[in-house]
Amino acid sequence: MQTNFSLEQLADPHVAESEKILRKCVHCGFCTATCPTYVLLGDELDSPRGRIYLIKDMLENGRPADSETVTHIDRCLSCLSCMTTCPSGVDYMHLVDHARIHIEKTYRRPFKDRFARAVIAATLPYPKRFRLALRAAGIVRPVSGLLKRIPLLRTFAVMLDLAPATLPPASAAARPKIHAAKGARRGRVALLTGCAQPVLRPEINEATVRLLTGQGIEVVVAEGEGCCGALVHHMGREDQALKAARRNVDAWLKATEESSLDAIVVTASGCGTMIKDYGHVLRLDPGYAEKAAKVSAMAKDITEYLAELDLPEQEARGLTVAYHSACSMQHAQKITTVPKQLLKRAGFTVRDPAEGHLCCGSAGTYNILQPEISAKLKARKVRNIEATRPNAIATGNIGCIMQIASGTKVPILHTVELLDWAYGGPKPAEL
Amino acid sequence: MPETIGFLKPRQAVLDRRREIIADLTDLLPDGCLISDERGLKPFETDAFLAYRRLPLAVALPETTGQVAAVLKYCSRYGIPVVPRGAGTSLSGGAIPQEDAIVVGLSKMSRILDIDLFNRTATVQAGVTNLNISETVSPDGFFYAPDPSSQLACTIGGNIGMNSGGAHCLKYGVTTNNLLGVKMVLFDGTVIELGGKALDAPGYDLLGLVCGSEGQLGIVTEATVRLIAKPEGARPVLFGFASSEAAGSCVADIIGAGIIPVAIEFMDRPAIEICEAFAHAGYPLDVEALLIVEVEGSEAEMDAMLQSIIEIARRHDVMTIKESQSALEAALIWKGRKSAFGATGRIADYICMDGTVPLSQLSHVLRRTGEIVAGYGLRVANVFHAGDGNMHPLILYNINDPEDAARAEAAGNDILRLCVDAGGCLTGEHGVGIEKRELMRHQYSQADLNQQMAARAAFDPQWLLNPSKVFPLEGRPAA
Repeated sequence: MQTNFSLEQLADPHVAESEKILRKCVHCGFCTATCPTYVLLGDELDSPRGRIYLIKDMLENGRPADSETVTHIDRCLSCLSCMTTCPSGVDYMHLVDHARIHIEKTYRRPFKDRFARAVIAATLPYPKRFRLALRAAGIVRPVSGLLKRIPLLRTFAVMLDLAPATLPPASAAARPKIHAAKGARRGRVALLTGCAQPVLRPEINEATVRLLTGQGIEVVVAEGEGCCGALVHHMGREDQALKAARRNVDAWLKATEESSLDAIVVTASGCGTMIKDYGHVLRLDPGYAEKAAKVSAMAKDITEYLAELDLPEQEARGLTVAYHSACSMQHAQKITTVPKQLLKRAGFTVRDPAEGHLCCGSAGTYNILQPEISAKLKARKVRNIEATRPNAIATGNIGCIMQIASGTKVPILHTVELLDWAYGGPKPAEL
Repeated sequence: MPETIGFLKPRQAVLDRRREIIADLTDLLPDGCLISDERGLKPFETDAFLAYRRLPLAVALPETTGQVAAVLKYCSRYGIPVVPRGAGTSLSGGAIPQEDAIVVGLSKMSRILDIDLFNRTATVQAGVTNLNISETVSPDGFFYAPDPSSQLACTIGGNIGMNSGGAHCLKYGVTTNNLLGVKMVLFDGTVIELGGKALDAPGYDLLGLVCGSEGQLGIVTEATVRLIAKPEGARPVLFGFASSEAAGSCVADIIGAGIIPVAIEFMDRPAIEICEAFAHAGYPLDVEALLIVEVEGSEAEMDAMLQSIIEIARRHDVMTIKESQSALEAALIWKGRKSAFGATGRIADYICMDGTVPLSQLSHVLRRTGEIVAGYGLRVANVFHAGDGNMHPLILYNINDPEDAARAEAAGNDILRLCVDAGGCLTGEHGVGIEKRELMRHQYSQADLNQQMAARAAFDPQWLLNPSKVFPLEGRPAA
């Protein structure tokens, strides 16, 4: 597509990168068809092609973001379904990242939005604060109806609806420690414990540690690791995201210096996408570019790493599992068949729900910030999943787990929880 | 780029009433169905023929036939041009707006209304995508035959406007052969129905006239299309050749022998490389030209037809023959082919031609196309529906370089004239749009054009529906 940037504008490496991305787009429109918001709303401004055009216009004119542009970029789930569809190889992910940073820097949101976003950015990425907030949610839940009527607090009412009613106790699996391999050591990995996941579903990390150590893998929870930064990254809060990235890079490089790591294992595909992108987001930081690239190269989704272990085939269990591929898994990381193969090998019958390419509406903080669209996508996703008549749902991302669980009675588990069970771990409580 | 294709001069009277028009249209449509903010209008300024751009006055996204009728009635009353838009995937600029026009987009009308398997018909709103129809009826063993490469995104309304084709049209025909009826809004707001579930209707074949009329006779809001039972099996086979000429003559001989496979698609070396890089379909990379020939039916039928085709291909020194071994492989072969245009975006900007030639001329036109494009100092990739002679040279250029862009456009015009001179036509399936408008004179005499324009005027005497398209700007009747 034609672009119109001055040499001065192109001197900014972010603009130069976006220009390159825009030049690849031929405006064919294929992306519109698989974009969840376009499918729902039928407005090209809520499609990748429309957003690309809005971003192009904003960047070319070097102007601050305006409310029209912000509305449509905010509605983007960053599910990256468009990137799977795009024949031209347009790197929409990094284009929209740039747009979000530009919006955060140049656009003043209404006070209530700024307030809500600031609270989210100061809470969710920090397990202790998040846990406290969820406890508080339990206390104020009875007045959530009241909050909905106060514009300033509407977002918090949505958060209350999303917050689980009961909270599991914190798990030891999330504390810095080396979990020794059982039997002969075959490998050594670092585990990202995550931020929201260990608070909401500590069982996932526990299952991961149990399954890996049982297979002879030493699992390191590195001192100093924490939230991957994706949550704030998607809000355009670049500084906070890069700070999180640098901290994790330091933590894992220290761990691999102590004794070489085979991989950095990630059990939330949203986080995996971010960590695999550290090399990109820190490319302009001379002190970190190389180190971050190294960390990104080591990052693996838990299913990618398990596939390398060649787990033995198990007998059929008579349990039908609908596999929900998280967008960050299938579209961002392009991991499509591996988790299903692992589940089948472990003895589960696996079903693919229709419209598997469409997002469930979780998308990080999307279900908090865009509750109407998110709810429609959730209903559609649940309908497609339930049509396969599964005994359970498996997926690889905590966001999807919470989102889908709030719309169905079918138990939903992380893929690794089912695999842990199949290879000797306890039966998940949900089943 | 200095524009060589002109648009009609915007009507000052319309531009002057901009605010009033927007206020009135806002009243006629539900919330969120009218775009009038300059920023929001920008993404609608072009389609997939993106070298040309015009910001419309407003974009209406109606949700019902009634709302379409209300908007058209209003525009007709106040003399405001209207440009219909489906998914905006036109390669000929069919959906490019103009400054004084209201774009009427059908993207919110995307419901499937009725699937009648007994009568083998589907009735859908105009904004339903082409592929959505086939996907909906696939579990029951049916499909909708015309399959433009953009079928994932393009809408049935747009397909009707352009009488779209596709790879599988060699056997099943193009849109007009698969369309049974439409509900259409005339410019004055009258809603008419043409055709129905039966194969023919009494009286004039107005449906035939509407199909391919590029949004100039009215706006189709619903369509009833024919569903076809899926064959027992289908198998795409790859044939690699040492030259484009050899592949071209092979196609002519296959059809000449009275063999009609479902599809015969052609790719030259640059196109093969582009598509293989995207789809990893297993296309041979050591050949100059590739034919994808799909046969279908029972195993015995497929084997028999394939045997005859292989014999013909051998006479043209076929270098490789590769049958797809699985449904996945077949899907990848088609994915690569159908993504060819977009995938070309990985290496260059392009404009895509759509000339159609008699098969006896295919080799000659392919060779001359290469010479013409080289003469302008540009590169070309050929990927097209060879079985029906519908060529798609992709002229590669740099859209940021105005001289390059002008050369690409000139080369395209030369190629289209060549197609007409070889006994073919300007467009096989993409429509005339703005792109080929002035070349219509090369195809038709003024008397031919006058008769077409008279038919157009019978529907839209004011010449306000998609007015800058199809007919040369000079020589139109005074509206």
